[in-house]
Amino acid sequence: MKNVKLNKDTAFKWLTAFLAFILLLLGIGILLKLIISSRLSFDAFGLKFLFSREWDPVQRLFGALPFVWGTFVSATLALIIALPISIGIAVFLSELAPIWMRKPVSFIIELLAAIPSVIYGLWGLFVLAPVMQQWVEPLLGKYLGFLPFFKGYPLGVGMLTGGVIIAIMIIPTISSISREVLSAVPAHQKEAALSIGMTRWEAIWKVMLPYGRSGIVGAIILGYGRALGETMAVTMVIGNTPNISLSLFDPAYTIASVIANEFTEATYELYISSLIEIGLILFVITFILNAVARFLLWRMKRFEEVRG
Amino acid sequence: MQEINKEFRVRSSEFGDKAKFIIEGLNAWFGRNQALKNINMSVKQNEVTAIIGPSGCGKSTFVRCLNRLHEEIIGARCEGRVIFDGKDIYDPDVDPVLIRRRIGMVFQKPNPFPAMTVYENVVAGLILEGRKKKSELDEVVEKFLRLAALWDEVKDKLHQSGARLSSGQQQRLCIARTLAVEPDVILFDEPTSALDPISTAKIEELMQGLKKDYTIVIVTHNMQQAARVSGYTGFFLLGELIEFDRTNKIFTNPANRLTEEYVTGRFG
Ligand SMILES: Nc1ncnc2c1ncn2[C@@H]1O[C@H](COP(=O)(O)OP(=O)(O)OP(=O)(O)O)[C@@H](O)[C@H]1O
Ligand SMILES: [Mg+2]
Repeated sequence: MKNVKLNKDTAFKWLTAFLAFILLLLGIGILLKLIISSRLSFDAFGLKFLFSREWDPVQRLFGALPFVWGTFVSATLALIIALPISIGIAVFLSELAPIWMRKPVSFIIELLAAIPSVIYGLWGLFVLAPVMQQWVEPLLGKYLGFLPFFKGYPLGVGMLTGGVIIAIMIIPTISSISREVLSAVPAHQKEAALSIGMTRWEAIWKVMLPYGRSGIVGAIILGYGRALGETMAVTMVIGNTPNISLSLFDPAYTIASVIANEFTEATYELYISSLIEIGLILFVITFILNAVARFLLWRMKRFEEVRG
Repeated sequence: MQEINKEFRVRSSEFGDKAKFIIEGLNAWFGRNQALKNINMSVKQNEVTAIIGPSGCGKSTFVRCLNRLHEEIIGARCEGRVIFDGKDIYDPDVDPVLIRRRIGMVFQKPNPFPAMTVYENVVAGLILEGRKKKSELDEVVEKFLRLAALWDEVKDKLHQSGARLSSGQQQRLCIARTLAVEPDVILFDEPTSALDPISTAKIEELMQGLKKDYTIVIVTHNMQQAARVSGYTGFFLLGELIEFDRTNKIFTNPANRLTEEYVTGRFG
């Protein structure tokens, strides 16, 4: 009896190890394919590819900088907008909301994460962009126009709208993970905080959130990763112009968007190869980001273990 | 239940103006489950009062009603009067946060804040700690760690996590954290049940020292501990206060048969 179980366990272990291995191979395979296919563009432009602002298929000139810029700025902007809102939602749902409200509202927020990106894009184009153009951007321009970020003509489509739409898309992810992290904080921590006369607000900010911080960092990184790779919705509202401008009102372009938009139009080898090299850059960026995240989490955990 | 026949030879009047708490008709519930039934009792100032009774009889619930922590559990509520220094803490105009600053609590399981250092743990409850000068804070930390008999053991570890100490040290850190708020009363809910005999002895000794400046209520399962540290003892059973009297009376000549059975270990 014992032996049979053992054998099953071993078989299962090998099966899972095999599947994990396949996944690893797949990852390496994709990376290799990307490297091989971007060879042409790398030979033509070398490292200059990364730093050139030129993207001119007619002149056969390709540079990735505007797309890298657009990807980073839109994702970071999205995170800046989404983070406080998400933490606010998480705190509200786990601590402040009436009990009957918590489950259904959490469920609805989690559902938002399942809406296809293209639907967000349509909504962004037909609802958000006009609102941004008529209300938000003129107001920002009027009151914060002295900052370089809010200069220029409000177009409705551009970096800011792109950032807002990504923010809306990553809020469900960050807030639902943060909510779970907060709910997992043991009751004795909150009670200890209250028993020394902290207000509920202080208990949340000084004790509960710090207790769950490694989980929250994880949530943030997951959200940022999603923001970097987001394609469809951003493509529909960011303006798709390879621009590098400080003003958030100006149109921009992201890596994922340019690949989606131009791949079918890429009529010659070097063009295709350049697009693939940009894809490789995105791959490397997200890989590094994940590695850094893992490292941070690992260090924090180790720190806590040493502490605990 | 008719055999429960309560007898109180100590009444609040006996404590006179030395009564820190006068508890009148206190009932407490978890949802529909009543955990405390009509408790009437007093707590004398600068004295250690022990609460004993079998598991589940409502001891924790009782002390948690004294600092308004009970109501923080979802679905939990209580009724009755808890008069603290002449004022009912359940009056609608009373702020529970201020009450908890004056009535501190130490829990069964040591619960330091793991994201904070030893130092930060001690000052965690100070109002406007951020505005205090570093030197003032240093003084506070040393003073209360000394009072909690922990200073010598942690003075080189002040900037390590509070969760990195042994559990006995963690419990004394929690005591220092509670003392630093400078409350009048400290509620101990089985503070030593998770600790080894040496840490237990340290904490009992500490309690004796605290008696002259604080009023102490301690929940304990350990009869010897109750006998050693307290001046008065209340015996709880199934949510009711069966007997409340001087500790030596409770342990040598209790008025109630149930109390006698419990303290002599013949409780079935
Ligand atoms: N969080 C809770 N939710 C629901 N019921 C609870 C909760 N805590 C305690 N109770 C119930 O209230 C009653 C009294 O519990 P309490 O914790 O006050 O007992 P206790 O005397 O402290 O026991 P112990 O000695 O085991 O700590 C018990 O019947 C228990 O089941
Ligand atoms: Mg208890």
